[in-house]
Amino acid sequence: MKAVVALILGQLFGAGLYVAGMTNPAKVQNFLDLWVQWDPSLMFVMGAAIPVAAIGYALLSKRGESTFGSLQIPTAKHIDARLIGGSCLFGMGWAIGGFCPGPGVASLALQPQVAVVFLLAMAVGMFGHARLVQPVSHTA
Amino acid sequence: METTFTPFLAGAGGLLIGLSAALGFFMFGRVVGISGLFASLNRPQVFPVFFALGLVTGPVIAMAILGDLHGFAAPPLWAVIVGGLLVGFGTRLGSGCTSGHGVCGLARFSVRSLVATLSFMAAGVATMSVLRGALGVL
Repeated sequence: MKAVVALILGQLFGAGLYVAGMTNPAKVQNFLDLWVQWDPSLMFVMGAAIPVAAIGYALLSKRGESTFGSLQIPTAKHIDARLIGGSCLFGMGWAIGGFCPGPGVASLALQPQVAVVFLLAMAVGMFGHARLVQPVSHTA
Repeated sequence: METTFTPFLAGAGGLLIGLSAALGFFMFGRVVGISGLFASLNRPQVFPVFFALGLVTGPVIAMAILGDLHGFAAPPLWAVIVGGLLVGFGTRLGSGCTSGHGVCGLARFSVRSLVATLSFMAAGVATMSVLRGALGVL
């Protein structure tokens, strides 16, 4: 049951990325390009997604437990150089390649040649982080 | 590639993404963050594996029903590789990406996710401004 629901949630998310246009890297790059050929469409993706997601989180908070019993909401609160630096590196890569992780995975069947290259590079980047950066434990 | 302004499709896609994230919270008690999910695939668990399968097949189904909505144009190979490396490293260092911080984090009113989202948006715009706006590449 969990597997079937997880599959359906993934399909909803993937279909959403496709309908929104985020599986076209040009659309993402034009969103981030304010000067030459700005396409503000993707603002509407977050504008629509966040309120709906917030309802789900509010319902979870109210009930105090999830349908399947698991509860693993992030508790970290600290704002540090890793958060900001990592996010900035991510933003640079998002602009240069035109993909963030979701659309990278979601493009695997539709545009396998490009998506495989992106996902391999992303995996190498993650592996590099695991090897090069020491984990820190923050006690909040 | 020039793209056209498609606010309704973007909004409709956003609703689907939001619904997925909402159900991720409510049914699984977890944040649907794709960078974390992808990173966890080396130790396969039910949710990440099947969610990823859905993430790959969902767009195929959507395209079969709705047709080619937006076209596709990828940047040159070097940019896809450099982009992927930075996205992989950066999302681990910053503990999340557009989905985990940008959608789920903001939906939880997390200040940490707001800082992350402002950082990657600003860096993305700055990078595009320099590379395309000033240097004429990409």
